[in-house]
Amino acid sequence: MRIALGFLSGLVFGLGLVISGMSNPAKVLNFLDLAGTWDPSLAFVMGGATVTAFIGYRLVWHRRAPVLETRFDVPTNTRIDRPLILGAALFGTGWGIGGFCPGPAWTALPLLAPGTLVFVPAMLAGLWLGARASSLGILAPKGATQ
Amino acid sequence: MEMELETAFTPWASLTGGVLIGLSAVMVLGLFGRIAGISGITKGFLGTVLPTPGTPRDRDWRLAFLFGLMAAPLALMLVGGTVSQAVPSNLFGMAVAGLLVGLGTALGSGCTSGHGVCGLARLSRRSLAAVVTFMAAGFVTVFVLRHVLGGA
Repeated sequence: MRIALGFLSGLVFGLGLVISGMSNPAKVLNFLDLAGTWDPSLAFVMGGATVTAFIGYRLVWHRRAPVLETRFDVPTNTRIDRPLILGAALFGTGWGIGGFCPGPAWTALPLLAPGTLVFVPAMLAGLWLGARASSLGILAPKGATQ
Repeated sequence: MEMELETAFTPWASLTGGVLIGLSAVMVLGLFGRIAGISGITKGFLGTVLPTPGTPRDRDWRLAFLFGLMAAPLALMLVGGTVSQAVPSNLFGMAVAGLLVGLGTALGSGCTSGHGVCGLARLSRRSLAAVVTFMAAGFVTVFVLRHVLGGA
């Protein structure tokens, strides 16, 4: 059941990425190209997704617990710290170079474009390195726990 | 990167796709009580193949979720839909991009989905700060690559 519903959730997310055009790096890069061939479509993706989630989350939070777990487990960290900003800046730079963020990279994988086949393993390597660096506290400011 | 082909403005398809993404985020919260952050889910997958610090234990649905993502374009093609995609062909650039995206989302604890969609829907200031930062970095990067270095 968990597996089937996890798969279904991923499928809906993936269909959303492909139908919206977010899975196409050309469209993402054009969205980011305000001074050139600008394509504002992705603002509609983010808008549609965020508003839907905003309403849906509030409906879900009427429940005591999620359907398949004993409790909700959402981030409680509210600190705006150095790892957050540095990480987001690095991520945005990579996003601007390749036109892929993690979700679209996965949906692109079965289409086997050479660029995707290079991007995904590099992303996994980066994630692993980043997780190691975070756990070692290399970039954490004094007193931060994460 | 090198390709600068125009893409059509698709407000309705993009809005529809966006609603589906939001719906999936609601499913993940309602079913599993978690944030549908793809970088976090990917980290969960990574934890199943090699020891990765800070990976969550509930990996079963995360792995299934990733398979769902990969099945999406195939399912769409199976019912006769077209999946249009133009991936940059500069492989060195794509390697650097992938590394930065992985590193950045690990350090910043999230990406377009976790901080973007889910974080903003939760009205998290932390996520808003991340979104503003990665959007700004994306705009600047494309501007520099296309209009400063690219000479376009």
